[in-house]
Amino acid sequence: MNNWIAFITIFTKEVRRFTRIWPQTLLPPAITTSLYFLIFGTLIGQRIGKIHDVSYMEFIVPGVILMSVISHSYANVVSSFYSTKFQKHIEELLISPVPNWVILAGYVSGGIARGLMVGSVVAGISLLFTNILPENLGLALFVVLMTSTLFALAGFINAVFADSFDAISIIPNFILTPLSYLGGVFYSVSMLPEIWQKISMLNPILYMINAFRYGLIGVSDVDIQMAFIITSGFIVVLIFFSLFLLHKGVGIKN
Amino acid sequence: MKALSIRNLQKTYKGGVHALKGIDLDVEEGDFFALLGPNGAGKSTTIGIVCSLVTKTKGTVKIFDADLDKNRELAKSYIGLVPQEINFNQFETVQDILLNQAGYYGIPRKQARKNAEKCLRQMQLWDKRNTVSRRLSGGMKRRVMIARALVHSPRLLILDEPTAGVDIEIRRSMWQLMREVNAEGTTIILTTHYLEEAENLCRNIAIINHGRIVENSRMSSLLARLNVDYFVMDLAHPIKEVPEIPGFSIELEGDSLLNVAVPKEQGLNRLFQELTKRDLQVLSLKNKSNRLEQLFLDLIDKDQPQSA
Repeated sequence: MNNWIAFITIFTKEVRRFTRIWPQTLLPPAITTSLYFLIFGTLIGQRIGKIHDVSYMEFIVPGVILMSVISHSYANVVSSFYSTKFQKHIEELLISPVPNWVILAGYVSGGIARGLMVGSVVAGISLLFTNILPENLGLALFVVLMTSTLFALAGFINAVFADSFDAISIIPNFILTPLSYLGGVFYSVSMLPEIWQKISMLNPILYMINAFRYGLIGVSDVDIQMAFIITSGFIVVLIFFSLFLLHKGVGIKN
Repeated sequence: MKALSIRNLQKTYKGGVHALKGIDLDVEEGDFFALLGPNGAGKSTTIGIVCSLVTKTKGTVKIFDADLDKNRELAKSYIGLVPQEINFNQFETVQDILLNQAGYYGIPRKQARKNAEKCLRQMQLWDKRNTVSRRLSGGMKRRVMIARALVHSPRLLILDEPTAGVDIEIRRSMWQLMREVNAEGTTIILTTHYLEEAENLCRNIAIINHGRIVENSRMSSLLARLNVDYFVMDLAHPIKEVPEIPGFSIELEGDSLLNVAVPKEQGLNRLFQELTKRDLQVLSLKNKSNRLEQLFLDLIDKDQPQSA
């Protein structure tokens, strides 16, 4: 059994799926983030002034990019894997000799690919509004890669448990989006009262956004090492949990 | 070699339904095997377990000697499944469905294209290779599922009601395709509700009921057990009274149709002699029910649980 071929098959299928429906997958984040940059960055940002010695526009760019990466990595896997379950063509994979880890790697890689593609689109749009030269491009790319991996895995788990289309929109709408907005995309946590600063530190997305911001503009509210430890820890836990679910056949086998 | 060997297979669903109560089943390599049973008997559960779609509670399954628990990937590589329901991605083209399936079995893309072409030509779908699958007719979708199941050249092909809901013309052409696939050496297990289909295609048969195998034998020896054949005769002229012929049970339907039960020891020749003596002319004759259908019903009736 050639697992590489099986992996490439799943990955290619996923990439073809979201590029085929680009008006649903790639165009909306371009429009939404243009509006963010225009309204929050250009119009309101001019009145806010500087945060951590950078313009408000420069301050929000990393968070807006990473927020798009998070939501699209997650959305790609949750919608694709749930549709696969819903239309029952998951059976093609279950019958075949593809190991569970290859199934997981294929879907998660598809989510990462979409996250990175959307991130690139948003980053390109941001250049229309500001001229950011990355402080540490390697670090920024690594953070994006880790973050998209983490949320692609989370999307996979959501899809495994989901038993309706409502169930795949609950977590993005009621957990992911609030945590992203409260993760310091549009503000620095240092601006919050002390109690809210402490509460914010419980939000894992805060660490990722700040690590990415550090890579792009050299500014962060959190310890970068801690950001890597938290993100890596979540990735490892979610990989093992996903493989456990696949092994047990939760949500996909009778 | 045994294509499939099942021992003490048990399945209890979460709600407590005991779907399989310890099934033993062997299917020889090269066989065309029928697995029959009424709805809810355990056929689909058995197939689901063999194809890794259902988790078993207990027992062992070996496919060409590869244990599904101990040598999972090898065992799975031998199987091709044509399921009851359409389950391919209806937004993909016919060819992509086959190429993806080949990819899941680790077949390189160049070889996969050759296999896909062979299967699509065999199923008379080559002209439709670039058609998005949801635009195909029902019969074509069924053939896509067979082509998909064959693209990795499985040694064991499982057909779970492959002709359900298709018209008679397509069904007959699918029978021919199945015969060809079997003649090429692929072992086939067929479940169907069309008992005529099983009788025509299969050499061996198992009947499952209430989660147990109630019959497992050669098709010919099973059919040989049938003692009575039921015929419908169309008479040339209407009659008013049912002819009484000793040894035969006869009913009159309308005024020119006779339903006749013919015991094997009496035979049709004697029946016709007796009818001729009574000046009754028969225009046409047909089997009232399929022979296997009668046996099937008898076996299932015998296996009904005793009421308190």
